[in-house]
Amino acid sequence: MPLVQTNRLHKFYGTNHVLKGIKLDVEEGEVVTIIGRSGSGKSTLLRTLNGLESIDDGTIEVDGTALVAGEGDLRALRQKVGMVFQQFNLFPHLSAGQNVMLAPQVVKGTNKREAAEIAREMLARVGLDQKFDAFPDQLSGGQQQRVAIARALAMSPKVLLCDEITSALDPELVNEVLTVVRRLASEGMTLIMVTHEMRFAREVSDKLVFMHEGRVHESGHPQEMFAQPATPEFANFIRSLH
Amino acid sequence: MAYQFDFTFIPDYAGMLGQGVAYTLGLTVFGGVLGIAIGIGGAISRLWKIRPFDGLYQCYVELFRNTPFLVQLFLIFFGLPSLGIKLVEWQAAMLAMVLNLGAYSTEIIRAGLQATPKGQLEAAESLAFTRRETFFYVMLRPALLKVWPALSSQLVISMLGSSVCSQISAEELTFVANFIQSRNFRAFETYFLTTAIYFGLAVMIRQLLGAIGRYAIARRAAS
Ligand SMILES: Nc1ncnc2c1ncn2[C@@H]1O[C@H](COP(=O)(O)OP(=O)(O)O)[C@@H](O)[C@H]1O
Ligand SMILES: [Mg+2]
Repeated sequence: MPLVQTNRLHKFYGTNHVLKGIKLDVEEGEVVTIIGRSGSGKSTLLRTLNGLESIDDGTIEVDGTALVAGEGDLRALRQKVGMVFQQFNLFPHLSAGQNVMLAPQVVKGTNKREAAEIAREMLARVGLDQKFDAFPDQLSGGQQQRVAIARALAMSPKVLLCDEITSALDPELVNEVLTVVRRLASEGMTLIMVTHEMRFAREVSDKLVFMHEGRVHESGHPQEMFAQPATPEFANFIRSLH
Repeated sequence: MAYQFDFTFIPDYAGMLGQGVAYTLGLTVFGGVLGIAIGIGGAISRLWKIRPFDGLYQCYVELFRNTPFLVQLFLIFFGLPSLGIKLVEWQAAMLAMVLNLGAYSTEIIRAGLQATPKGQLEAAESLAFTRRETFFYVMLRPALLKVWPALSSQLVISMLGSSVCSQISAEELTFVANFIQSRNFRAFETYFLTTAIYFGLAVMIRQLLGAIGRYAIARRAAS
């Protein structure tokens, strides 16, 4: 059974039908990249997966925790689904280490010493063990984003969602973040990401999902999809990338 | 004939002046601490629309921000006894200060909480924080730091405004000044001295609160 499973997922913003019956299966350890034009519903889909957006119909199931048309244990779901945002969203009043420690302490009741240990370990995973005491405004964008990844990892999520996590970065800082994601992928972390880094997506993804007007328009293995687009919309999309 | 300044009365009344200063500071500190506590409560209920507190708070805030402090004080001291609530001078003065500061703090703190970037709230939500946890661990400290200068100014304004409490014979600094002046008839010297003391207190409170704010911001580096 897939680790993440959505069925007939529908989402409306007022009368705007943004997700039109999404079916998405993600196996444990799989790296899935969602691509598509701006406004096609990629962010909305990711955000429904950890309950940041409510759903109007359908089901979401992550590792046995189910959400049916918005009803379900959100807190349990969110503990299984980590999220990294485009804008990092670190807590500015806390050091890098404290940013990572906070959720285990508050949500899981982990004691301070243990949480600090977890934080050191997670910061080491993103190559920032030296920056435990640095504050967000003392870090570069790339470093902040890596702390944000460590913060999400500290909750030992089953799956990590990444919504355009390099889009707000200066070009020279993109690679350090992608390197971290690549390493997570190779360590077997289940990843669902939205990115415009097409070369990277083709390299690390097990599965590519092309969204178009609120639907999964086409999906499959990245190399095959790029070699042979099945729909004119995806062919157009590829052409627009150049 | 030139006016002869005479400040020789000061030593005789030094103890009294000291008590007046202590009274004024007491009103300010008590009003500040409880007022900010009320303000936090008010800001929470207004922000999250917790019924019926949000409505009650809104009425209260509007009432106290749109009426003179002196009238609020009279209402509490002279009006409440009609409802069977009798307060002595210092109790009425304290209550008026707390309620007045509470109303202003509610609006100031609410603005600070409202200015929390949406991304911070989403980050907390995505980490499975409850609304309460988000409030205490993510919103409150940055919001208070942000509005600290505004709160400090308000506290100074309220400290100066507390002179009005002399009108119900609460024995704060202005009351003491009036008393001394009625004894020595040295109006200029007495009120000049009082002005200087208020000025000194205001500067002191501003500096102290500024230092507390800087300490709170700097402390993050140490923790
Ligand atoms: N909070 C919101 N309120 C109203 N409409 C929204 C909101 N967020 C997104 N939308 C709309 O939903 C659609 C999909 O947006 P989004 O999921 O952000 O697309 P993408 O991430 O693919 O660019 C767009 O039409 C967008 O305008
Ligand atoms: Mg988006």
